[in-house]
Amino acid sequence: MLGKLDWSAIPFDEPIPLVTAVILAVVIAGVLGWVTVKGYWPYLWRDWITSVDHKRIGVMYMALSLVMLIRGFSDAIMMRSQQALAVGGAQGYLPPSHYDQIFSAHGTIMIFFVAMTFMVGLMNFVVPLQLGIRDVAFPTLNSVSLWLTASGVLLTNMSLVIGEFARTGWLVYPPLSELKFSPGVGVDYYLWSIQISGVGTLLAGVNLVTTILKMRAPGMDLMRMPVFCWTALAANLLIVAAFPILTASLAMLLLDRYLGFHFFTNELGGNPMMFVNLIWAWGHPEVYILVLPAFGVFSEVTATFSGKPLFGYRSMVMATMAICVLSFMVWLHHFFTMGAGADVNAVFGVMSMIIAVPTGVKIFNWLFTLYGGRVRFHVPVLWAIGFMITFVIGGMTGVLLAVPPADFVLHNSLFLVAHFHNVVIGGVLFGAFAGYSYWFPKAFGFPLDERLGKAAFWCWFIGFYVTFLPLYAVGLMGMTRRMQHTDNPLWTPWLLVSGVGAVIIMAGIGFQIAQLVVSIRNRHRTRDTTGDPWNGRTLEWSTASPPPFYNFASMPVVEGIDAYWTMKARGVERVEHEYEAIELPRNSPTGFVTAFFAVVMGFALIWHIWWMVILGLLGAFVTFMVFAWRKQDEYEVSPDELAQLEREHAEGLA
Amino acid sequence: MLSGLTNTGVLDPQGPIAHAERLILLDSTAIMLAVVVPVIVATLVFAWWFRASNLKATYRPNWAYSGRLEFIVWSIPALVVLFLGGIGWVSSHDLDPGKPLESEVAPLEVQVVSLDWKWLFIYPAQGIASVNRLVVPAGTPIHFRLTSATVMNSFFVPQLGSQIYTMAGMATQLNLQADRPGTYPGLSAQFSGDGFADMYFDVQAMPQAAFGDWVATARGAGPALDAAGYAALAQESSKVAPQTYRGVDPGIFDKIVGMQMPQPEGQQNAPNATVSPRGSN
Repeated sequence: MLGKLDWSAIPFDEPIPLVTAVILAVVIAGVLGWVTVKGYWPYLWRDWITSVDHKRIGVMYMALSLVMLIRGFSDAIMMRSQQALAVGGAQGYLPPSHYDQIFSAHGTIMIFFVAMTFMVGLMNFVVPLQLGIRDVAFPTLNSVSLWLTASGVLLTNMSLVIGEFARTGWLVYPPLSELKFSPGVGVDYYLWSIQISGVGTLLAGVNLVTTILKMRAPGMDLMRMPVFCWTALAANLLIVAAFPILTASLAMLLLDRYLGFHFFTNELGGNPMMFVNLIWAWGHPEVYILVLPAFGVFSEVTATFSGKPLFGYRSMVMATMAICVLSFMVWLHHFFTMGAGADVNAVFGVMSMIIAVPTGVKIFNWLFTLYGGRVRFHVPVLWAIGFMITFVIGGMTGVLLAVPPADFVLHNSLFLVAHFHNVVIGGVLFGAFAGYSYWFPKAFGFPLDERLGKAAFWCWFIGFYVTFLPLYAVGLMGMTRRMQHTDNPLWTPWLLVSGVGAVIIMAGIGFQIAQLVVSIRNRHRTRDTTGDPWNGRTLEWSTASPPPFYNFASMPVVEGIDAYWTMKARGVERVEHEYEAIELPRNSPTGFVTAFFAVVMGFALIWHIWWMVILGLLGAFVTFMVFAWRKQDEYEVSPDELAQLEREHAEGLA
Repeated sequence: MLSGLTNTGVLDPQGPIAHAERLILLDSTAIMLAVVVPVIVATLVFAWWFRASNLKATYRPNWAYSGRLEFIVWSIPALVVLFLGGIGWVSSHDLDPGKPLESEVAPLEVQVVSLDWKWLFIYPAQGIASVNRLVVPAGTPIHFRLTSATVMNSFFVPQLGSQIYTMAGMATQLNLQADRPGTYPGLSAQFSGDGFADMYFDVQAMPQAAFGDWVATARGAGPALDAAGYAALAQESSKVAPQTYRGVDPGIFDKIVGMQMPQPEGQQNAPNATVSPRGSN
């Protein structure tokens, strides 16, 4: 009846997951109870859960990501404390079977559900506003994407309480991830979580590529798009091209595990190295899916707060698209040590270094954007400058690892771990935080607290160096990654310092939580009535904060790069009084319901509960049919209503 | 703390490969620092000098293009990469793991098998084998052939240089040498399951004569590595004390590569295989 599922799946004998589960249950019950008591369900259902508004969807993506950041960071602090304690023969407090799940979950969550989710959310929120349009190309599909991502998140977190997570590392290399070596449900949790959320991501990519290529405001030529839109285009093209590779590789592993195929087994002609090739053919573009939007954020932030256009717009666009193409040609540098010949290694080494050229160009262009500016040191600028300093160091160690013989001695060491945290924290996460503080007032109509934001920045910035510089050092001393305990007295002091760094980063996260609370509490006092708190340059600042559900009462006409700046310089009035009727998509529960059935199906597949698999699959299909046969999908806002809404907004501000 | 950094690991090379690799590491870093340090300084200086409150700084609200600067901006990283690309290309060929070392001394053959979770070193010419301790003559090139009996691992002795993967069903090659007698820690650099953290071994480099003595002692003691001995060894175990085998089945390495030896059972096969209890081990 319940497949492999029985009471032994619940870790009663393990205090850490059990206590976490109880705390989580209490928190979730508390939140649900609070929502019920306050009577917020109708509001949540109408305005959020079934919303197909790209702004709401974007905000939900980012909220999901920030919650998962706390989960991923809990894993991080457990790893750092375990490695600081389990030295000189001591075993620490996490046995290997648990520690192995933690580092696997940390990587999976941080890449898929924090970095990726945040960037997709940010692009969702910002891109239509910057393009001067009212929504994305396929609004309901957008909601499906969001909720499928949430399904993946839910399944991953269920593994904490029911069963286990993968113990293989975040890329589940076979043969270790094959049934023979990982008979438990951990790898299945990983595979189905990523398959389900991966479909969501692919659909989000299709959606945004279509939006950017087909739906820009009048006059918004490609070469007038804000650079963030360019980086979003590049990132989403990469999603469309790369995610099918991920889905196919994981599908083959699933066939191995479920139906006894031999794609990647040791025996019967299977070839695990094929998986390693395939997964990195997705994995390297993935790095740029994450970091390109961050580059876009920094381009917007440096230009806005320097009070200047971005230096070298054309170069920036060229560099972005060059990275987009090159990122597919370097995957082998993730395994120079596999024993491919010298020619193969050399070609991929040189290709990898070539990516540093457009990336270097970008750094110089931000530098010259600051040059001759009037730099206002708001929080987003601090993140941008922190990024430029940190990222060139991460880039340098990256190019170092691209020299094959250097990689032969650094591969899989903590030097490598330090390198990719150097670019992912210093690049992607700093970019996410810069974007968060930059567009927060646009999304909610009030800014984030500056003082606490700066405190958070300094903790993250200093905490990053205190955590990861020691890891560079122990990596050079020969310490490899994923060690549950170590027995080398020379490494110990470095691991202790690194643990202290993680605590400093924790303080940074604490400040960010405090910042959010304080900012919400002060929202009435700090309300932004202009819609343009930073003296912005692009169209999202030309509408109200938060933007009305239709974004723009009348379509903006674009006459150059930095469209809104041009308008302001020419003194074009924001308010126009001739309105036309607009059509907007109706709310739809399709996404939420589909995702619900996806979770049912995923859970059933993990535990081999076959009747429930059919139920989930059927439910998702019926949901799709109902949506496909809908009669009405849009509603009209008449010119009179529009005028009324705009007037009310203007009065509300007065 | 800092002295530990230069006295162990990659920055304390004990063989020709490791020496060459450290040199590449340091040269490449130096070349890049020549650009990275000025960029970091310029970032701080520009940001500070052009702060909004500094009215002495010239504000150029429309300055967004300079052909000359663009040219420089593309040239600097391109030149650095041209230079480093050259280093990368040449060194990839010079230090290819499969390339034999140039030496007057004939190389010693060692076959390496990674097992769950220990290392087996087979000396085919000497007819002996050793677990979790690799004994080699100093100053003699070692030619390794490597495979795995189970999951993937990576054979790595930081002070001797290049690591290489061990993979079931195939054999990789590696050439290393220890210049001086000494003990150099080695480990697996590719995560391989719950016993991974204990998968380390010592490399003991000794003078040629002492190595001969060690071989003679090994030949005279311990069990033989036949099919039954191998099957026992291949079972999951960790923290296995170093031991030697007085004789080995000739061609055992190729049989392991050809998957013709008895396969150890899968890892983590707890009694209830559907859910491996957390905290087992």
